[in-house]
Amino acid sequence: MEVDDLLKLIRGDLFLQDKKTAHLTINLNKVLSKNLVPGLHVDTKENKDGVDVKIKVDDNIRIKNKVHLCFGITKEKAIQKINMDVDVGKNAKISILSHCIFPKAVNIKHIMDAKIKIDEGSIYTYEEKHIHSMDGNIEVYPKAFVEVGKKSRFKTEFELIKGRVGKLDIDYEITGEKNSVIEMTSKVSGKNDDIIKIKEVGNLIGENAKGVLKSRIAVRDNASAEVYNTIVATAPYARGHVDCKEIIQDNGVARAIPIVEVKHPKAHVTHEAAIGSVDTKQLETLMARGLNEEEAVEVIIEGLLS
Amino acid sequence: MAILSLKNLSLTLNGKKILDNINIDFWEKHVHAVVGPNGAGKSTLAYTIMGLEGYRKVEGDIFFEGKSIKNLSVTERAKKGITLGWQEPARYEGLTVEKFILSSAKKMSLDEVKDSLIKVGLDPGEYTKRALDKTLSGGERKKIELASILAMRPKFVMLDEPDSGIDVASLEKIFEGIKLLREQGSTVVLITHSIAVMKKAEHAFLICGGKVVEKGRISKLLPYFENKCLPCDHKNIPD
Repeated sequence: MEVDDLLKLIRGDLFLQDKKTAHLTINLNKVLSKNLVPGLHVDTKENKDGVDVKIKVDDNIRIKNKVHLCFGITKEKAIQKINMDVDVGKNAKISILSHCIFPKAVNIKHIMDAKIKIDEGSIYTYEEKHIHSMDGNIEVYPKAFVEVGKKSRFKTEFELIKGRVGKLDIDYEITGEKNSVIEMTSKVSGKNDDIIKIKEVGNLIGENAKGVLKSRIAVRDNASAEVYNTIVATAPYARGHVDCKEIIQDNGVARAIPIVEVKHPKAHVTHEAAIGSVDTKQLETLMARGLNEEEAVEVIIEGLLS
Repeated sequence: MAILSLKNLSLTLNGKKILDNINIDFWEKHVHAVVGPNGAGKSTLAYTIMGLEGYRKVEGDIFFEGKSIKNLSVTERAKKGITLGWQEPARYEGLTVEKFILSSAKKMSLDEVKDSLIKVGLDPGEYTKRALDKTLSGGERKKIELASILAMRPKFVMLDEPDSGIDVASLEKIFEGIKLLREQGSTVVLITHSIAVMKKAEHAFLICGGKVVEKGRISKLLPYFENKCLPCDHKNIPD
């Protein structure tokens, strides 16, 4: 599979041709293509085993179409390091859809190290969708340090539900200032001997800052998942919620450790975690419509991760 | 002609006989009511016919279209055309109403999904893409479940407390749905202790303490149920 095939997987042929849609395509450590729109600056520097990417959105620029980032590795064995530095100016808006595609992976390591700064009154949305091969020797390390300014919104959705996970180790730390909003969602489906580790920390340091950390995980066969979600509220009227749901099948093992820490009497943080097999009534309802147990479980898990 | 027959059916759970030597014939393409007060064993009877987990080790037998189904799984029974609508339908995080109904009838088109929602009084534009989760009321989930059953076109359907959680205006839609099921050729069993629901049936079976204590046409059972069962303070514990 070459780059053209890789792009077809994500309908990249559509956004690559659209001049009004910004994109950046990287294969291993090579920048293949780039398109920018007014107010968006993307500088890249190719390294031995990856690319440094600097993204800047000017003040008051609201980018209409989603910006597509495509990080691919078409080799079977490789290490890719992406260093991202994102700076979103005041009253700006950017929505990024990041495709991470490793369709031939046999022994792949993808490391993402990001620093993201969102200035006052801005909106930053980041969706990260992974498409992996069915070989389990893939390691993915997304790491980010995020500063969310006053009245700003940071929203991410990480999705790895196609192919094998391999080893996933998410490590995010986000700090929200006054009247900011943080929303993080992770959806991961593990099988065979996949290992999933998610560590997310939301620091609500500003008055009326809000944060939600949500995880939806399914593990089957001998896969394992550990979710460590933390919200620390240190300002008045800060509101946070940690929500983790994990479905286990076969010999899967799941662990959820939500930590809520409140350091101001007018702050409030809640959490809920549910781990277990598929709900019997959900299962039997679908089976009473003619689905076998395996099909019913698929429908339920697909819904949870949708 | 009976489509489903229970022959000397008994079920014991945790050492207690919940269904006690039940003999019932459900007539093809007719609407039946299984009535009785709370705890009589009505829902247990439905779960046993459906073959749910924990309700499979029965004495006696269940015959569907002349063949025993007591060793069949839930899925196998459903594939023969038997289904169940729960008193409190399940919630599914993330699963859309459209996908849920399509799971019941795989060959269905999207237009047919929409049509099944219209039949139960729900606006497809508002509901098809919504998740079947806690954001929907119990009454809405009840109607969606009925839509999925209409889509499945079962031969034999049991509706457990079809009026539970339904407001007066919506109840008419549920009754229309029951009528449509009959017109589609389904045999319908209404599990209920409601007089209004019971009146939609042609035949009734009165269960008390896990036993069938009376059976017959609605005109015969209705006064008995109204006058003797509803005021009765007898506890439904089998002997």
